[in-house]
Amino acid sequence: MSLVMPELDRAVLDRRAEIAAALRKIVPGEGVIDSVEAMRPYESDGLTAYRTPPMLVALPETTAQVSEVLRYCHAEGIKVVPRGAGTSLSGGALPLADGVLLGLAKFNRILEVDYENRVAVVQPGVTNLGITKAVEAAGFYYAPDPSSQIACTIGGNVAENSGGVHCLKYGMTMNNVLGVELVLMTGEVVRVGGKGFDAGGYDLLSVIVGSEGLLGVVTEVTVRILKKPETARALLVGFPTSEAAGDCVAKIIGAGIIPGGMEMMDRPAIHASEDFAHAGYPLDVEALLIVELDGPAAECNHLLERVSEIARACGATTSRASNSEEERLKFWAGRKAAFPAVGRISPDYYCMDGTIPRAKLPLVLARTRELSEKYKLRVANVFHAGDGNLHPLILYDANQSDELERAEKFGAEILKLCVEVGGVLTGEHGVGVEKRDLMPTMFSEVDLAHQERLKCAFDDKGLLNPGKVFPKLHRCAELGRMHIRAGKLPFPDLPRF
Amino acid sequence: MTDTLKPRDERDVVEAVAWAAGEEKTLEVVGRGTKRAIGRAAQTDFTLDASDISGIVLYEPEELVLSVRAGTKLAEVEAALAARRQELAFEPADFGPLLGGEAGAGTVGGMLAANLSGPRRIKAGAARDHALGVKAVSGRGEAFKAGGRVVKNVTGYDLPKLLAGSWGTLAVMTEVTLKVLPAAEDVATVVVRGLADPQAVEAMSAAMGTACEVSGAAHLPKNVAARIPSVAALDSAVTAFRLEGIAPSIAYRREKLEALLRPFGKLDLLPAEDSRAFWHSLRDALPFAGGGEAAVWRISTAPAAGARVGGAIAAATGAQLFYDWAGGLIWVAMPDERPHETAIREALAGGGHATLVRASAAVRASAAVFEPLTPDLAALTRRIKESFDPKGILNPGRMYAGV
Repeated sequence: MSLVMPELDRAVLDRRAEIAAALRKIVPGEGVIDSVEAMRPYESDGLTAYRTPPMLVALPETTAQVSEVLRYCHAEGIKVVPRGAGTSLSGGALPLADGVLLGLAKFNRILEVDYENRVAVVQPGVTNLGITKAVEAAGFYYAPDPSSQIACTIGGNVAENSGGVHCLKYGMTMNNVLGVELVLMTGEVVRVGGKGFDAGGYDLLSVIVGSEGLLGVVTEVTVRILKKPETARALLVGFPTSEAAGDCVAKIIGAGIIPGGMEMMDRPAIHASEDFAHAGYPLDVEALLIVELDGPAAECNHLLERVSEIARACGATTSRASNSEEERLKFWAGRKAAFPAVGRISPDYYCMDGTIPRAKLPLVLARTRELSEKYKLRVANVFHAGDGNLHPLILYDANQSDELERAEKFGAEILKLCVEVGGVLTGEHGVGVEKRDLMPTMFSEVDLAHQERLKCAFDDKGLLNPGKVFPKLHRCAELGRMHIRAGKLPFPDLPRF
Repeated sequence: MTDTLKPRDERDVVEAVAWAAGEEKTLEVVGRGTKRAIGRAAQTDFTLDASDISGIVLYEPEELVLSVRAGTKLAEVEAALAARRQELAFEPADFGPLLGGEAGAGTVGGMLAANLSGPRRIKAGAARDHALGVKAVSGRGEAFKAGGRVVKNVTGYDLPKLLAGSWGTLAVMTEVTLKVLPAAEDVATVVVRGLADPQAVEAMSAAMGTACEVSGAAHLPKNVAARIPSVAALDSAVTAFRLEGIAPSIAYRREKLEALLRPFGKLDLLPAEDSRAFWHSLRDALPFAGGGEAAVWRISTAPAAGARVGGAIAAATGAQLFYDWAGGLIWVAMPDERPHETAIREALAGGGHATLVRASAAVRASAAVFEPLTPDLAALTRRIKESFDPKGILNPGRMYAGV
């Protein structure tokens, strides 16, 4: 599948050996990898349909090294692609053939846990779950919980503004980060925020989080940690139609209840999961809802009752409440295993990520089924029902001549539909390369130009992760030009004060 | 006396800003002007008044989303939400009375541009955390949109959140989409009496480290508590903890919280109505309203450092102060118009930032109203400003010289 990436810089490629030597002076020994074999693990991230060997791999260990590497690359006009654990599902860490792949995995230390201020200061290569593990003995945790949390890094979470099952109640990465240390492409090291609630000045964190490695390289993160809720109970509810399940979701929210998490699975997803994880899911329902209530025990039990009533009134055909922690985890085991479960029933699958207004779910599911027939590919749906984030899993076989191509066309149609019904292209996986060319379905050229100019403010040479997020590359000088209108006083008929 | 341009809609805003950019005329951007006295004092050629761009565009309670034109009165939005038992969870502050004006006069655009967040910020996040989408006109005179109407959205940069707290220096907002949430059914406030500032911060830190879901943690020394009707009768310093939710949950959590706090001092309870009045007073810094132009600072710091910072400032200046956000927000009222800027900056040498929220125009013409930036951040800030407003026509110098 052809993906247009920025034009290769032949002059840089010709100097590869010299560049490797220069980088080795900054990151000595095994810190620079240049053999084809040793670079193979870095060729791809979680979007495995695309592979590109980088020109070189650099694995710094300190902020000073990151700063010097970027400064050198800036001076020499060399592109840089940052990488955490490489679990991105949108190609955010897909290397450039003429670029340096900058891996942050060696930044794996927890620098400080401050329970008085309820924050943890960590290096970007620490895994998401690793943060929770560091504070769980004291009864705390780090709330955003993307499904890949065992492997994905907090630096990557910052780049993608990762979510997870519990972000409905506890927010996404954006709402849980208080500060970062960021190295700009020029090598400048800036510190934004800290342990206080607001950083002061322009809200730089609001664009750094979710910037997909285009604005700077994160070398330290300060995150909020929360006391674990006293209790958590889950309700497993089956519905005869996805409309009924969707209606139930709307009524729960309409009743003023914000569950800790609310997930939906359709029939194909339920069956695949049950075959694999044996969590005890009902097999004769069209849609399964898992609703988790967490908090003080009294509140939990009260809300569980109310949610059960609402589900009953919406026509639920099966309903089970968890009565122990073991049982609650079992309810979730199936949902958490959904992706690997689907991987069992198909050689490959393409995981989509779009967000829609919750009420549009039945419409989008119906249309997805039509598209499944049009493209002759099976699809299973997992849905963060609480916040409208949809993950259609399109099943295909890369070895069959045009199945990858059909899967991508199918996916693109789903994403366009998401935008059509008032939603967005990506809820938590990021734009990367995967959805880059669909950006014009959501944003006009003027809209995109405002975003690209912001990028120029951080990286005026466009050397950090080019070819991701924005469909067309523009030079910063070009973007900066203003078209001045002729000087008529506006709306001359209106009264002046 | 500057001329005022009053656009009727986005197209008019585009025309006005494009014209100003072409003529290199500067614009003071206001909604209803309730906060025009906050920021560095600067002269502008025209005032751009967006208050006619008003009206709720979309409100879907079950989707937890509201889209509203930026010039709409915040009071109108809050009433519409209350009718469906919903609210803006970040509890936007109303600085009208503090600045010597009317209450309830501000606009939604102004609220977001100032990132006004109240006591519940510690639990629900700030105004910016609830900004989902925006339509605006940049200083280039170009209309653009960013974000969307859903919470989980990582499609491109989150410009709605960048515009929050930018004080009208990057773009003129015309429409804002906000996340709305159910309002709590009930509320109560546990109070500890007579704590000194350091002990109070300790108590607040302990409470925030529990699973009691405290949604407001504040401390008022005796002389400031005396000015709040709902707690004046307690005749002591007041350290307050808000519990919101359904009645059985509040009862349960109250018991746990009181067990934790009992060792600190004498306990009291504010029932629902008194609670609401109390937190409203704190939200709007009402103890310091009616102080004329005596300087008022709003300071953000790491919560556990609150008492140290507050103590240093009080000792150096004789200021009165009170704490919100479990110690992470300090309101400081100076004895008179002098801002004592040096003392403030020195107290914050270890981290945090201070904003001069109330001061005479003369003081605001010379003081650094917003915390000075490090050279790297200052340069980045200027570049971001230039990317949105290359001619520097929108609220020039409002936040920093040259921005």
